[in-house]
Amino acid sequence: MNFTYYFIIVFESEIMLFSDLYQETFFAIKANKGRSGLTILGIVIGIGSVIAMVAIGQGAQKSVEASIESIGSNLLIIMPGSQRGLGGGGVSAGRGSAQSLTLEDAEAIKKETALIKAVEPELTGRYQVAVKGSNTNTQVVGTVAEYPEVRSVEIDLGNFLTEQDIKGLSKVAVLGPTTRDDLFGEGADPVGQTVRINQVDFRVIGVTKSKGGSGFGSQDDMIFVPLATAKAYLSGSSYLSTIYVQAENQESLTAAQSGITELLLARHKISDPASADFQILNQADIVATASSVTGTFTMLLAAIAGISLIVGGIGIMNMMLTNVTERTREIGLRKAIGAKRNDISNQFLGEAIMLTFIGGGLGIVLGWLISAAVSKFANIATTVSPSSIFLAFGVSAGIGIIFGYYPARRASKLNPIEALRYE
Amino acid sequence: MIECIKINKVYASGDAETRVLKDVSFKIEKGEFVAITGPSGSGKSTLMHIIGALDSPTDGKYLLEGQDVSELSDEDLADIRKNKIGFVFQSFNLLPRSTVIRNVILPLVYAEIPAEKRESLAKTALLSAGLEEGRWNHLTNQLSGGQMQRVAIARALVNNPSIILADEPTGNLDTKTGEIVLKTFRDLNKKEGHTIILITHEKDVAAYADRIIFVRDGVVVEDKRSQREVKK
Repeated sequence: MNFTYYFIIVFESEIMLFSDLYQETFFAIKANKGRSGLTILGIVIGIGSVIAMVAIGQGAQKSVEASIESIGSNLLIIMPGSQRGLGGGGVSAGRGSAQSLTLEDAEAIKKETALIKAVEPELTGRYQVAVKGSNTNTQVVGTVAEYPEVRSVEIDLGNFLTEQDIKGLSKVAVLGPTTRDDLFGEGADPVGQTVRINQVDFRVIGVTKSKGGSGFGSQDDMIFVPLATAKAYLSGSSYLSTIYVQAENQESLTAAQSGITELLLARHKISDPASADFQILNQADIVATASSVTGTFTMLLAAIAGISLIVGGIGIMNMMLTNVTERTREIGLRKAIGAKRNDISNQFLGEAIMLTFIGGGLGIVLGWLISAAVSKFANIATTVSPSSIFLAFGVSAGIGIIFGYYPARRASKLNPIEALRYE
Repeated sequence: MIECIKINKVYASGDAETRVLKDVSFKIEKGEFVAITGPSGSGKSTLMHIIGALDSPTDGKYLLEGQDVSELSDEDLADIRKNKIGFVFQSFNLLPRSTVIRNVILPLVYAEIPAEKRESLAKTALLSAGLEEGRWNHLTNQLSGGQMQRVAIARALVNNPSIILADEPTGNLDTKTGEIVLKTFRDLNKKEGHTIILITHEKDVAAYADRIIFVRDGVVVEDKRSQREVKK
């Protein structure tokens, strides 16, 4: 027998019209305003909290990843190792204390190592910086023209240091936006003005764009000067604090790292890699570490979201079960005046679907609003992901529909007399 | 119209069997106003459930308009109820927090009467049941007991059923409103020719009917014209 034909027969003769079913559903929800409202509220809170929680978690993860990215991309960071006494067994002065990296090292790396895009040597120090009427203490970075490229910094006003500035020992400086705010006032254009760093006058030629981040190590609170100028007028030392090397791409990071290690060991005449007087940090390692941290964080949030889904689900289940139980007499009446089993179970299914969809829709809006509010007022980036919406909505709707439908289906099989007598 | 032939109903709980109806036979013609009465536990409610197609007899035949209803499935019984029987219950059983009109329309929804005809049918039924027009859009929980029972009567009438079954319709009403409701039944019977079966344990209530069937211990012990009918 043709199934479609059979279905149409069933549909026409056994079940109420869809418009009637919809109306019954609508009137029933309206007639039970209080209970419908509570059910919807339960669903709204369940779905809303899951969406908001996942949004906050994923936002945090993304912002951690972005701040690692903001250091630059595909970087190797070469830092001096620990200074040891002669003979290798002496007192260690701690990592980074050695004066072992030179400008010649940086140039050798640039010339002799494969898979490298750019090299950016740095000589850093903290100095008192003054202009007329105000002063501050900040990080002064002696660097080269490649800095913006390697470290993903953009220029806001004026220009960055040029090749000529470096070679010509120019006394020019580029300010980070925070330093500019501290010295010249917020949003001011200091280009052409003079700042006095460690008793030496520098002409301001540019301001970098803000990169966000705060506290120690922020790239916004810095002054950039030509490397040679820093060497000559500020530190007086010819040793570098750091060399940043940008590899061609992510795959070449490791190869470039071993190339540089070999080169530097040879240049520093060290035969045992274990006693190297420098260390190389690989950005991929930093990302991997950070990812594992944020991964744990995400797992934690997923666990919290999962628990709230279960709690919310149980709430929805309770409401649905109570709803059907309390309306057993109504089911009895409907059956007494001629409703079929399917009429009853379809009506309750319709109610469950309507309640979960109204609640689900509102819950999505609520979750989104909470996320937006957290972004705005708590300054935590949030990302509402479609997958969390589907998960929260799917689970809540599923529970709502199953526990709205199943007991109604059972009640629809009761004898109308028993259902009418139900207390 | 209605014919019960040797109807038996046995309830089995565990090993004990309770025989609630024993070979009950009677006939009710179209347009009659009959009271089925008897003390509680006499089996009159069970009889009413069978007549109302809410339950099937264990044994025996029940013919409704010539159709044997005793062997039908639950789903087919629902069809019988929807098209041929109107119920009035002791506890009204109206949909709470819904309007009077919606309550009366409800059976029409299940009977698949086209939506545009429903309201006028409901209004006709409400007029027959004697509920004033000002109340039609009230919520059922704002009505008095007597008004609620008249909504229930209108609901029973609206489908133009073959029989109206009223199960202790005055049980939850005071004497005065009870009388009004019973007079409504009388008018429906006399003026509109509806067949009405009234189930009650009260003699005074039964006296409103033309014919009284007295049931005791599952057996019909008396089937007579009522005093009212005799007097006429």
